[in-house]
Amino acid sequence: MARMKFVCDAERCIECNGCVTACKNEHEIPWGVNRRRVVTLNDGVPGEKSISVACMHCSDAPCIAVCPVDCFYRTDEGLVLHDKDVCIGCGYCSYACPFGAPQFPSEGTFGVRGKMDKCTFCAGGPEEHGSEAEFEKYGRNRLAEGKLPACAEMCSTKALIAGDGDVVADIFRNRVVMRGKGAEVWGWGTAYGSKQAGQPGGASSTGTKS
Amino acid sequence: MKKAAVWTLALVGALVGCSEKPQSHGLKRGDVPPYAGTGKPYVDAGWKAGDKASWEEHVKVRTQRGQNDYYGN
Repeated sequence: MARMKFVCDAERCIECNGCVTACKNEHEIPWGVNRRRVVTLNDGVPGEKSISVACMHCSDAPCIAVCPVDCFYRTDEGLVLHDKDVCIGCGYCSYACPFGAPQFPSEGTFGVRGKMDKCTFCAGGPEEHGSEAEFEKYGRNRLAEGKLPACAEMCSTKALIAGDGDVVADIFRNRVVMRGKGAEVWGWGTAYGSKQAGQPGGASSTGTKS
Repeated sequence: MKKAAVWTLALVGALVGCSEKPQSHGLKRGDVPPYAGTGKPYVDAGWKAGDKASWEEHVKVRTQRGQNDYYGN
């Protein structure tokens, strides 16, 4: 199997925040923490585009490189997960991440910064699959239930696609061919390293952001 | 004496109530793959827990069915 990947189709995203809601509901995310959020580029300008952003589970993840306690690990499916029992909540990953994925909930009596929380691709964490401890720390493990991330499965316009990288790329490529436009995938090059249209150094990178 | 005991109990109760959850030490890694399943009945039907090929195929089909508008066309 190829690596698991996310793609957000900016031609389809209508900024409904259904993905954000699905994620918060599925994992019972605390107030103030957003594992996923919708960002609008050129907001208010004709032709504005919205994209749903969370941890992209990068090929060469900068969070793994900077973590001083080595709490991150990569699964065979290419997912970047972390161990909350090791995390010290230093926040280095937050500075390193190009997508702003790491979140820090307030914990304890005085509301100090707690352990890092981020999208797990609905794959839980190092605790036993489906256990209460896993749910409490990382949320539900849908992947071990034979399901895909709730955000993508809940997306009303199918803008957010998640799954096996090859399948996801095929779906997106077919869409682009059918509609004849909108080949830019924001964040794809940053996360997965490919040079393509819309990415820095790609075929037509003028005026676009990664 | 009784008053002191009540105050002590209240203080202990308040301290326990406001304390943080215990944190275990030690590095854990996800060495159990997702295709091993959860061991619970709340899983999507159509694949066999522990069978990697079955799980991979199931996830691929689910991606196509759920997220590809042109699937089957």
